[in-house]
Amino acid sequence: MKKSGAEIFVECLLREKIDTIFGFPGGVVLDVYNVLFDAPLRHILSRHEQGAVHAADGYARASGKPGVCLVTSGPGATNTVTGIATAYMDSVPIVVFTGQVPTRIIGNDAFQEADIVGITLPCTKHNYLVKDIADLARTIKEAFFIATTGRPGPVLVDLPKDVLAAKGDFKYPERAYIRGYNPTYEGHAGQIAKVVKIIARAKRPVILAGGGIIISGASEELRQLAEIGQIPVTTTLMGLGGFPATHALFLGMPGMHGIYTANMALSEADLLIAIGSRFDDRVTGNLEEFAPHAKIVHIDIDPTSIGKNVRGDYPVVGDAKKILSKMNPLLKKEEKDWLKDHEEWLREIEEWRKNHPLTYNNQGKKIKPQYVIEQINEATKGEAIITTEVGQNQMWTAQFYKFTKPRTLLSSGGLGTMGYGFPAAIGAQAAFPDKIVIDIAGDGSFQMNIQELATAVQYRLPVKVAILNNKYLGMVRQWQQLFYNRRYSYTCLNSNPDFVKIAEAYGAVGLRASEPEEVRPIIEQALAIPKPVVIDFEIDREENVYPMVPVGASIRRMLLA
Amino acid sequence: MADKIFENAKSRHTISLLVENRFGALTRIAGLFSGRGFNIDSLTVAPTVDPSISRMTIVTRDNGQIIEQVIKQLRKLIDVIKVVDLCEEDYVEREMALIKVESEPENRAEVLRIVDIFRGKIVDVSATTYTLEITGDEEKLGALINLLKPIGIIEIARTGKVALGRGNKVLKL
Repeated sequence: MKKSGAEIFVECLLREKIDTIFGFPGGVVLDVYNVLFDAPLRHILSRHEQGAVHAADGYARASGKPGVCLVTSGPGATNTVTGIATAYMDSVPIVVFTGQVPTRIIGNDAFQEADIVGITLPCTKHNYLVKDIADLARTIKEAFFIATTGRPGPVLVDLPKDVLAAKGDFKYPERAYIRGYNPTYEGHAGQIAKVVKIIARAKRPVILAGGGIIISGASEELRQLAEIGQIPVTTTLMGLGGFPATHALFLGMPGMHGIYTANMALSEADLLIAIGSRFDDRVTGNLEEFAPHAKIVHIDIDPTSIGKNVRGDYPVVGDAKKILSKMNPLLKKEEKDWLKDHEEWLREIEEWRKNHPLTYNNQGKKIKPQYVIEQINEATKGEAIITTEVGQNQMWTAQFYKFTKPRTLLSSGGLGTMGYGFPAAIGAQAAFPDKIVIDIAGDGSFQMNIQELATAVQYRLPVKVAILNNKYLGMVRQWQQLFYNRRYSYTCLNSNPDFVKIAEAYGAVGLRASEPEEVRPIIEQALAIPKPVVIDFEIDREENVYPMVPVGASIRRMLLA
Repeated sequence: MADKIFENAKSRHTISLLVENRFGALTRIAGLFSGRGFNIDSLTVAPTVDPSISRMTIVTRDNGQIIEQVIKQLRKLIDVIKVVDLCEEDYVEREMALIKVESEPENRAEVLRIVDIFRGKIVDVSATTYTLEITGDEEKLGALINLLKPIGIIEIARTGKVALGRGNKVLKL
């Protein structure tokens, strides 16, 4: 029996075991929506296409499964670009389906036409324009295969209206075969053996774990590596949760707003073992002065990450989990007292930790944002799924929430997309209806996708939004304070709306805390409400994120409040 | 001039690729070069014996370690099947040029003599112009152009380089 392109599309999603998609309908995808009307699939209607793609991203990051987004042509498609670029920078497996005008009028500047394949070329792992219904099922199979394998990433499939309306035979391929695409998973055995010897010889080793640890599911192997070798661990923003923040060997996050101990350990190490990290400039600071005494072992699934920013003395290409599970038994066999060998190094680290702990001034009558995050951490026992926006809220969360499990921090690390956190929280909550999901937001960022309150309310997704409201674009203001002589150019948000009333208008619950004593009770209150809740924390307006490394400086040159 | 060509040649790399002969493959490759700030000196592309595969020859300049990144980034593209930097091995390269020169009565003999020495061909003649066809490597084309310049080059069209590894060095699937 012949099926329409729209039917084939939905059938393919079911074959891929997709149970939830995020989208927004429009003219050229009406045929698909007509099939979705009674398909055994949950479609979550966002209020802006950017919300849909971030939600698909949050769903993917929280669950490890591919996120799916469906939008119409033209503006529907272009509205997904920021979300696609966000997922690309952070290696998130999402598949975005965009409607397209009929093939015969592509290129004619038709109504709601945009060359979305051309527009997204540099921010997708791969993309497709399906011109023939005979290619549809195979293309969808390839799209999911590419998105979820190797270094994951977003794939876009552009679906012209006539292809969706055409009839064709449906046969879903068992597997995708792409001759130009062959990710390396197994690390080179000889190189792994060499790395083991290098690690055994190091006196001052440190592990830098990035998002690759979480993507490959290598948290347990990472913990074993650290414990066998008695090697301290720092995780990048993307790696937080990949190693328990409560572990004695954990140093905290490094980089521009990194923890003093982490930055010092990187600067003084004689061996840096980087795993699933691409050495972003926010991590390394001035490259010339980064890890100046260290040999560098670089384990990454993406060969282009190796040698791009930082010289890798001992590169190993492959999957972190596979490589670490081969390395750990070899390390165990080394006849050596690791603890004794690293005693001096660990003591030095302990001194840094003791003399320069992460701290803030919690005096006075104003709510400190760091205090809010500490209280959220305690109230949720460090086990909530936390999303963040971008700016001070993101850095304070990274510093003060004690992430102990992978896939519990969802944050736009690479692209730094304000407006990411709230829709991502909706996506995460859709994946885990029973978990606590909290977006730690700024008043600026939250307003970038505030319309998604309607989505959360409609689908009864009880996400919590904790707004650290300083009535500023806080991080930009902080830079203006420190480097632009306090000239607060266009960063003051004095005309913010009343967030409590906004929440109520959408049918959510709005709460407000303006004094420190109210913080914990209001968090408990919010967590007890089985509905979306927005909490407006009126915080100390000019609180800054410290430590801070000025742009271009060495990461050991930290401003400490 | 000769010195300058030599300088450029030192940092140049000739990269050979097998790519899917498919809509968008060229755009992806060109976009990669522009998006990541890599240079393209020349780029040629045409189908191979297998019509589903095209062979591309890209000449690029290396600033430091960039060539390694260029090749890795190319390999990362889904439509790219094989990539090799021919400069790591022995290879032959050729480029063709069509050159239109002024042909005044007093220099016609000179043009013909130069063309002959370079084993070129005259492919079009008019009252005031000769168009000649020349095939060779970079140095040969450069030398010819240098000799023709004083006579007066009106326009020039070059194909960009094509190249193959020598002997048993084969780029295959």
